[in-house]
Amino acid sequence: MTIAETETAGATSSSPEIMLSVNGIEASYGAVQVLRDLSLEVPKGEVVVVLGANGAGKTTTLRAICNMVTCSGSVTLEGHEIGKSNTADIVNRGVAHVPQGRGTFPELSVKDNLYVGAYTRGDKDGVEDDIDRWFTKYPVLGERKDQTAGSLSGGEQQMLAVSRALMSRPKVLLLDEPSLGLAPIIIEDLFQTFKSINEEEGTTMLVVEQNANLALDIANKGYVLEAGEIVLEGNAKDLQNDPAVQEAYLGG
Amino acid sequence: MTLLLQRIFDGLTTGAIYAAVAVALVLIFKATTLINFAQGELAMIGAFFGYVFAVQTDVLDFISEDDTYLKTWVAAIIAMIISAILALIIERVLVRPFDPTDHLPVVLITLGLFLIINAMAGEIWNYQAQSPPMPGLFPNNFDDLIMVGEARLFYDAMGIVFTLLVMLAILFFVLNRTKMGLAFRAVSSNTESARLVGVRTGRVLGFGWALAASFGTLGAILVAPRLSLQPNMMAVVLIYALTSAAVGGLDSLGGAALGGVIIGLVNSVGVGYISDWEPFEFLRATPLLLSLIALLITLWFKPSGLFGTKAVERV
Repeated sequence: MTIAETETAGATSSSPEIMLSVNGIEASYGAVQVLRDLSLEVPKGEVVVVLGANGAGKTTTLRAICNMVTCSGSVTLEGHEIGKSNTADIVNRGVAHVPQGRGTFPELSVKDNLYVGAYTRGDKDGVEDDIDRWFTKYPVLGERKDQTAGSLSGGEQQMLAVSRALMSRPKVLLLDEPSLGLAPIIIEDLFQTFKSINEEEGTTMLVVEQNANLALDIANKGYVLEAGEIVLEGNAKDLQNDPAVQEAYLGG
Repeated sequence: MTLLLQRIFDGLTTGAIYAAVAVALVLIFKATTLINFAQGELAMIGAFFGYVFAVQTDVLDFISEDDTYLKTWVAAIIAMIISAILALIIERVLVRPFDPTDHLPVVLITLGLFLIINAMAGEIWNYQAQSPPMPGLFPNNFDDLIMVGEARLFYDAMGIVFTLLVMLAILFFVLNRTKMGLAFRAVSSNTESARLVGVRTGRVLGFGWALAASFGTLGAILVAPRLSLQPNMMAVVLIYALTSAAVGGLDSLGGAALGGVIIGLVNSVGVGYISDWEPFEFLRATPLLLSLIALLITLWFKPSGLFGTKAVERV
């Protein structure tokens, strides 16, 4: 009936390029069903955005992928089922998740935040190299490496959270409303950073956002989530021009 | 002058013991924001484990017939390991199944453990002071001392303070220089984000419980020769340790150690001098009162304790 269903049925093309695939997941908090038969696909190397209003189930979708909420259905990473694994194993296999509200470790130093990000890695030298790389790329983090993360500004914390997530050298990065609570100019910078990370590192990204315009600007593909259901999907440009999306998410 | 020095020495020694238990409490609080009310009893049963190896059985006799200190030290280390394992089991079986954001069930469990461990120790070893007594880790005869001016500084007092400093150094090293320590700090700071970077938070909390239990056990073994080993010996120590932790800040390990020393000094120097003044003689019978006043004054000016960052919540 919905576009999502026809798409799932047609998505059996043997393309090996799908990095992350969510197939028919359902989740409830108590008696309230939050996700209904939700399916989406994130192709390798692309940026996919899920748009939706507050309470549409965006955060729950990301939490379901990391098995932080109990849900039914299946989640595959490069074709391997990860839906039943515990969170630590899922991270180990290459999923990094920046939760809503930054998810840094406020009492830890900036540098320790990055070390924790590399928790699943065993290569000490590689970790040091990566830390140096992020400090070169974002000098403000380097300057404040011994400060606690809690003392950074909102934008800096979001940068730190993203760098921390990338320290695990993930195959796919999940970003939960990165623009939340940030000034518009900083949000723009941030999304440009995501774009450049995606292009330079080839990191696949799944971003959930309310800020539709900026998110669609950097995305290849988008989904629109309403009350726990995918109601619309398409490539980013088409969605930006879709009258329904414009009215609901782009302010007409 | 001599009296003051003597009281400072005494205060530092008891303070070091309060500090050991306070640090154990804070370790758990930092990771879970709850108070483990069974911490004192875990330490007490740990001291009994040490007693079993040091006195009640001869399994360690091969170490040395005449060097009782070495034997006691080995017994203490075995006891610390056994209490660590016991704490791991308790955390895994009784604590982890409960929702960590809901404090009430776990607090009730730690209170239940308090009673169960106490009763079990009473059943096994009875409630009398154990005889022969728990041997000390340091020479503690009446003439094992040096004179500082006219004040007596006992070897075991120095040993207790020194042991605490070494334990704090080890703890600092483990927390700041090892991967497990980093994971522990990450879980303490933000449990959900720690899970999302691949930390197995359950194991890390188990590690925290184990570390806390062995720390507390060493504190109990240090205090056992002074208080005489019996199942209720840690009840009062736990109250002082809680006071110390609250004074220093419930989420600060250094604060807890310093809080222990402060409460030790309040108890010895403060109570000593104030109770010399006749209207306050009653303080000698209720020395805890002055520590609680010190706590009230601290919290009045700094609700999170001297070095704490989180204000204390009601449970």
